[in-house]
Amino acid sequence: MKVPRFSRKTLCIPYGVFLLFFVLVPMLVILFYAFTDDAMHFSFANFVKFFSDPTKLSTIVYSLVIALVTTVVALLIAYPVAYILARSHIKKKYVVLMLFVLPMWINFVLRVNAIRELFNLISQAEGFDWLSNANYFKTIFGMVYDFLPFMILPLYTTMMKIDNSLYEASADLGGSGFTTFARVTLPLSVPGIMSGVTMVFLPSMTNYVVSDMLGNAKVTIIGKFIYTYFGNDWHMGSMIALVLLIVVFLSTWLTGGFKADETVRGTNL
Amino acid sequence: MRKQTAIKCLKAGFIGLILLLLYAPILLLAIYSFDKTNLIGRFQGFSFDHYVHLFTDPNVLGMIGNTLLLALIAALLSTLLGTAGALGMYYCKKRVRGTMQALNQIPVINAEIVTALALTVTFVAVNIERSWFTLIIGHMVICTPFVVLSVIPKLKQMDNSLYEAALDLGASPFKALMTVVLPQIIPGVISGFMLAITLSLDDYIVTMYTRPTGFETISTYVYNATTKGNAHTAVTLSSFWALTTIIFLIIVLFVVCSNLVSRKKKEETK
Repeated sequence: MKVPRFSRKTLCIPYGVFLLFFVLVPMLVILFYAFTDDAMHFSFANFVKFFSDPTKLSTIVYSLVIALVTTVVALLIAYPVAYILARSHIKKKYVVLMLFVLPMWINFVLRVNAIRELFNLISQAEGFDWLSNANYFKTIFGMVYDFLPFMILPLYTTMMKIDNSLYEASADLGGSGFTTFARVTLPLSVPGIMSGVTMVFLPSMTNYVVSDMLGNAKVTIIGKFIYTYFGNDWHMGSMIALVLLIVVFLSTWLTGGFKADETVRGTNL
Repeated sequence: MRKQTAIKCLKAGFIGLILLLLYAPILLLAIYSFDKTNLIGRFQGFSFDHYVHLFTDPNVLGMIGNTLLLALIAALLSTLLGTAGALGMYYCKKRVRGTMQALNQIPVINAEIVTALALTVTFVAVNIERSWFTLIIGHMVICTPFVVLSVIPKLKQMDNSLYEAALDLGASPFKALMTVVLPQIIPGVISGFMLAITLSLDDYIVTMYTRPTGFETISTYVYNATTKGNAHTAVTLSSFWALTTIIFLIIVLFVVCSNLVSRKKKEETK
């Protein structure tokens, strides 16, 4: 018998099998669970229940609103930061950029806990007692805090790619600082805005760690909503997960997705 | 000229303010990690109690051990699987490559909660008990795609003719792969490994869903202790202030050192 010759292609088999069993199959399983009942018969019951229940729909809507506010605030903070850093002439600007990414290396939950303690301290001060009940404010603050680097990094990388001669050309042609910004910087940074928005919007719709730890469990977002069905109603949980899946893929598709080199923590800086 | 200086100050002020906001919570914990009590409010007196607790309490040490062991195993396995996968995909036909890349994107884009729920429902459907196995699989699902994504660009930059040359000189395909291809992609493999470690260390949601009963990592413990805490958890929780401080110091040291090293390298190449 001939020993099969080693081929480089065979290397993809283990990962292929892994993807099949632990990525593709689970997706199909939730699709199956979403459209079946406890007796495993095909049913639209979950679908109907989901779209006729006002509390479920309102959770989705206000989860979207929280995510939207978070994204806008993060963009309003990150854009000037990225712009200032990308256009500055200081030698060590990547060190400053690193400063923005550094807190990301502390465990996520520990970081949220730190924000919680800070809020506790501030709300003890005279005149700040309103803060202990400002659940939405605290949740959104926490999300902006945690996801800010996801917004800064893609913006910074796109702005760094803008050719300096374009700025010079704009100035030569008599463009003021503002015109240059509006006609050169802004349009050319749109891809960065898009990937930043995707990377902040999606987790702030689903990552319930922040909303639970900072919102005194008064703020329910879609992610938390799925969790409440954990272990007791897999079918309804799967239906909500499926809806979320569709929302996620639609928004990624609309914003053109994001690039691998801009993803997490600036490991590729 | 004066206007320019004013703008410069404004810019620096803005950056400074945002950085201050980013570091305020961490600094607060760092200060109170040296406090006698476990209440944040008035500083009661300097002590190393929280640090002592952190390094002596078997519960706390167990959680830290779990977190690190899980991250290490998951990251090692993800790196092996992902590197092999990326290599294989690179040499496969376009159709196979495209399909695998698309599947690889799913856990990257997907909300973690959906990934976690889908996996758990699948495990339940085929009657697999939650154990270390399910936990590691869960972590591999979120880590491996990032390993693949950081190896692929290195493969694209690689000089293919070197591999051919190795074969011409009589190396077996496997040997050529290990001695010629691997050294060229190793930076991507390392950054993939680092990414996998941090993703796993940070994870709460997937751990929560796939862990065996009674298994606690730092994330799951701190989450539960803050959302439904009591007097006992408060003691442990404040020892995690000490942990946060230590992690932060390690990171700062690491960044400073790597900066010094890269500066040295640059000077040498000059």
